[in-house]
Amino acid sequence: MKHKEISLIAENDTIIALAGNPNTGKSTLFNMLTGLRQHTGNWPGKTVFQAKGSFIYKGKKYVLVDLPGTYSLLASSVEEKIARDFICFGRPDATVVVLDATCLERNLNLALQVMEISERIIVCINLIDEARRKHLDVDTGKLSETLGMPVVATAARNGEGLAELLKVISEVVAGNCRPKPKTVRYSPEIEKAVAKLKPKIKNLLGDQVNPRWIALRLLEGDTSIEPYIKKIMKNKVRKAKLREVLA
Amino acid sequence: MNTESLWKDLLKEVDITLPVKQDKIRDNIVKSVYQTAEKIAAETVTLTTEKGIDRERKIDDVLTSRLWGFPIMFGLLLIVFWITIAGANYPSAFLAEKLFWIESRLTEIFIELNAPTWVHGFLVQGVYRVMSWVISVMLPPMAIFFPLFTLLEDAGYLPRVAFNLDRFFKKAGAHGKQALTMSMGFGCNAAGVIACRIIESPRERLIAVLTNVFVPCNGRFPTLIGLSAVFIGGSAALFVKSALATVAVACLVVFGVAVTLIVSRFLSSTLAKGVPSSFTLELPPFRKPQIGQVIVRSMLDRTLFVLTRAVIVAAPAGGIIWIMANISVGGTSALSFCAAWLDPFARHLGLDGFILMAFILGLPANEIVFPILIMGYLQGTALMELESLEALRHLLVDQHGWTWLTALCTMLFSLCHWPCGTTLLTIRREQHSWFWMFMAAVIPTAAGVVLCAIVTYFVRSLGLV
Amino acid sequence: MKEMSLKNMPEGSAGLVKRITTQGMVRRRLMDLGLVPGSRVEVVRRSPLGDPVAYKIRGAIIALREEETDRVIVKPFI
Repeated sequence: MKHKEISLIAENDTIIALAGNPNTGKSTLFNMLTGLRQHTGNWPGKTVFQAKGSFIYKGKKYVLVDLPGTYSLLASSVEEKIARDFICFGRPDATVVVLDATCLERNLNLALQVMEISERIIVCINLIDEARRKHLDVDTGKLSETLGMPVVATAARNGEGLAELLKVISEVVAGNCRPKPKTVRYSPEIEKAVAKLKPKIKNLLGDQVNPRWIALRLLEGDTSIEPYIKKIMKNKVRKAKLREVLA
Repeated sequence: MNTESLWKDLLKEVDITLPVKQDKIRDNIVKSVYQTAEKIAAETVTLTTEKGIDRERKIDDVLTSRLWGFPIMFGLLLIVFWITIAGANYPSAFLAEKLFWIESRLTEIFIELNAPTWVHGFLVQGVYRVMSWVISVMLPPMAIFFPLFTLLEDAGYLPRVAFNLDRFFKKAGAHGKQALTMSMGFGCNAAGVIACRIIESPRERLIAVLTNVFVPCNGRFPTLIGLSAVFIGGSAALFVKSALATVAVACLVVFGVAVTLIVSRFLSSTLAKGVPSSFTLELPPFRKPQIGQVIVRSMLDRTLFVLTRAVIVAAPAGGIIWIMANISVGGTSALSFCAAWLDPFARHLGLDGFILMAFILGLPANEIVFPILIMGYLQGTALMELESLEALRHLLVDQHGWTWLTALCTMLFSLCHWPCGTTLLTIRREQHSWFWMFMAAVIPTAAGVVLCAIVTYFVRSLGLV
Repeated sequence: MKEMSLKNMPEGSAGLVKRITTQGMVRRRLMDLGLVPGSRVEVVRRSPLGDPVAYKIRGAIIALREEETDRVIVKPFI
């Protein structure tokens, strides 16, 4: 089901993924941006498979993919696997991580994990109106600086901040704004192991995936990425053979 | 070099590099990520005042309290059903009147055109009549029920239901989130089956899929509501009557939940054996639903969707029924012939041949079971302007010998029998298995047959009927 | 106060997670929810039948069954 949907996206479309915890108003944001009317219920897990829609901004078409809401990307559930696989191997042009402003600590966990996979990320602090109602003040400037990412505060329900979000998305896609994610530093022993594996992975797989992220997954014994890795390897081997034949 | 050996080499490389055990690394990674998140959040978020946070907690204190949790749940169920039943009365009658008015105009046109009798019979008395039945009976309750239900859903009440009921599901070897998938089943069992994807463990998901049909979907509500209205309350005022019918339907739903739990328990110790998996359920904060949005969305996405599906199925079915009612097999119509053949078995279940046949022919969609039954009784020949409950009562009780036991068994069988065709195909797709699709039909049917037979023999042996 | 399993913490109390005494999938899921050593957890309320129990973990309210909370060792605040 899922792969069929991905393949429906044309080669040259600009793809934006929407990731986020459950109940962050992700689907509401999706509806506001695409004009589609996906039903948004208030219970965890209702976007079971991704919805897809499109919008036009300054004459350019963007395809928006609403990923299932997850707490993490460690692939311990179907939703997590779908979301992770799309961000990592579906290679969207940008990923918008939607965070609940009223529950930032929990939500940042996911943002930090997405940042490990990809660089082209926009952090969207949604439900900022709820946060204000609860007297929570979020310092988006400081957050942006700490994460090394563009951060936009929105209240998707009433359209607040959406213009800014669209502008930032287009800038990231066009390369005018290059996020420099400040990723999580692990214990020295893990970092040492990652440093050791990274060049080997880069050598094997090329630039298609983030070698640091692959190294971390392999170190923690996550085998669910195996088919993808093999596929990338296969393509590389095939290309190498082709080059041999041509030479 | 092939990929397999490249992959193996890579894993070997990882093995050599490992500083500690892989489990430890994973723990470490998760911990570091969370600690970083904690640190960043602490630096960027400030709480300006402590007030106002406890409001949500107070709502939850009531909704999930030991004392009020269950009464509120049952109360909300009653309120939703009552508004639906009471509110649907008038628009239903209005729609029926208008649609039958159109039917007589159509008949006039056919006479004018000198169309053959069978063309008129097939198109007007068959296709059109069943369609108008389905629309007038289904549209009003759906247009009321779906928005109300969506309001509860958007406010965030459903996870609280799952929270309250999880203990029962745990005892039945099932998952608390099954309460969520069952709630979706109220709208449409096929939707309920798809919602089962939220249950991560395959074993518990299977149980939820196989038992979803015990929640009466929208296609069966009109049957349940109609029968309770005819048989309960007698000649009482409309208000009292709809209140009594509401209680009856709500009790039936609670009974359906009980059957779900019993069957789940049975499945988890037989076909779906295994250890219960871990259970985690987020109770999201309450949000004020956007009422305008809810009404528009639930009308377009749910009501019209389900209605369109029902009409698409009902139209050809109406034609087929008309043909069956009008083709003779040795003097009797094909419809009566089949009904007579089914009758001896159906009697054991407190039903009759026509009722059982209506259920069988209603396989494409439950919505058309009752229209088929009425058509069967009337043989598609007599006039069928059953806009009033009194006329329905007359047809069932006086002409076809229904007792309250017949009504009860019909409702029980409606609650416990095979799912509709769409749901079965959805189960086949979700479980990738013909076997489980087959079982999804066999299990509830077996439950229904046993249940109806027991009730019938019990009631008859006590001489209550 | 002495360490105890999360299951035995009274309603309304809070503490710091010390460790998780199970392996495999359950451990993963618990940690993914934010129950990592050092995080604060608060017992928000019991369901009407006593189990599951809702906990406040890193800002969200999450219901867990006692089979899982039995495996989470917590040091309660006094």
